[in-house]
Amino acid sequence: MAATVRIPTSLRGLTDGNREVEVTHGPVAEVIGDLVERFPRLGERLVDEGGSPRRFVNIFVADEDIRFLDGVDTVVDDGVVVTILPAVAGG
Amino acid sequence: MSLAKSLICRECSRTYDLAALYFCDWCFGPLEVTYDYETIAAGITREGIADGPPTLWRYSELLPVDSGDAVDLGAGLTPLTRADRLAREIGLGEVWVKNDTLNPTNSFKDRPVTVALTKAVELGLSTVACASTGNLANSVAAHAAHAGLRSHVFVPGDIEPSKIVATAALGNVVRVDGSYDDVNRLCSQLVDEYPWGIVNVNLRPYYAEGSKTIAFETVEQLGWRLPDHVVVPVASGALLTKIAKGFEELIRVGLVDDTNNVRISGAQAAGCSPVATAFEEGADDIRPQKPSTIAKSLAIGDPADGLYALDVVRKSGGVVASVSDIEIIEAISLLAATEGILTEPAGGVTVATLVKLAREGVISRDERVVVYVTGHGLKTPEVIPVAPRPPIRASVDGFNETYGTEV
Repeated sequence: MAATVRIPTSLRGLTDGNREVEVTHGPVAEVIGDLVERFPRLGERLVDEGGSPRRFVNIFVADEDIRFLDGVDTVVDDGVVVTILPAVAGG
Repeated sequence: MSLAKSLICRECSRTYDLAALYFCDWCFGPLEVTYDYETIAAGITREGIADGPPTLWRYSELLPVDSGDAVDLGAGLTPLTRADRLAREIGLGEVWVKNDTLNPTNSFKDRPVTVALTKAVELGLSTVACASTGNLANSVAAHAAHAGLRSHVFVPGDIEPSKIVATAALGNVVRVDGSYDDVNRLCSQLVDEYPWGIVNVNLRPYYAEGSKTIAFETVEQLGWRLPDHVVVPVASGALLTKIAKGFEELIRVGLVDDTNNVRISGAQAAGCSPVATAFEEGADDIRPQKPSTIAKSLAIGDPADGLYALDVVRKSGGVVASVSDIEIIEAISLLAATEGILTEPAGGVTVATLVKLAREGVISRDERVVVYVTGHGLKTPEVIPVAPRPPIRASVDGFNETYGTEV
């Protein structure tokens, strides 16, 4: 039982080159926690000292921004794709 | 020779080379171009600028690319029109309209695009792209055609038909089933897949610098004086923050003597008002929204520079306000009737906000106000609130029958 996290190119050096990482499904906070545990250097990029996603990191579950869902409590179901993207594009 | 020095992260101040990068790979913060201001200050003069081309490239010392090979359709140096009839109508003293509808593709987007595509060529890229609500798409496609670059411009499926048609004549328009924010997410993913220069993704630091020139021109056209108050439409917030940077740079390099604080106010449509809402609530974060407004060119629910725009406005003593779709349409008519300038809804948002701030006393009669009108009304004919009457017979009687009582 797993979900998939897509990693942006610039961070793939921290995931042994993997563009996608399989993680245990569950709330986003746990998905990120799982990711951070396995790739600690990725973790310090994604989350702040308090463990929350950094201000300029956007997280999408099945292509929807988690801020329109339940934030880090959004449940990621089995087989669903989580996408991490920088928030500073557009306009 | 550009005097841009490096890219610097706005959050953690790490520096990067002047490459196709847009976020800090340490903290994800946005990257900003910095310059060697001392060298610029030693060389730049008002006379030198006046002798430059009648385009925004007259300010090339303060741009992040070399102007010699600019991808240039003539963007910039648009009219700054004294709007006395509008001012009288709304009880203000000195109002100026910066008429950026008169750019090569009829919106202010030609400013960032001429800079971004010049950078794309400098980097040796052969394909450019963008996430757009319409105006940017039009500008990217036009400048790409001019430079012999391929372009793919991504837009929400529901933007105004005129914008799609005008752009399809110039490049590949990719309509996306979703909102602008969906299009933006898609482009943020495509940048990892294709070796493209996406102007508001991996070329964004350079692209955004182009918007400063609207502030440079404002000051030059006011006789090298700063305005007291400016009203700026807010979509991503980049235009507003870059206008602030533009004023600061002119002071820093010694081109203006007065150093009065310019109040900077933002304008949003009520149907897409994440920055105005945060301002009104005194919040320090911006909650994204799902837009629903006729001002489609401002319909960005998750504004990338929203926090910075909020910060600029608060520090300057301005406000961010929002206006209804009805107020937007009334303002389009008001600007047309008083000043002869036809704007798309984005300009209606800005003028409606000006009207609102004048009514509420936020803008006072003794302020020199500049309002930015950023896109042409012919791009959105469907919202223009007129219904032409049927044709008359080509005779004096025919005219008199229909219009005789009105003349």
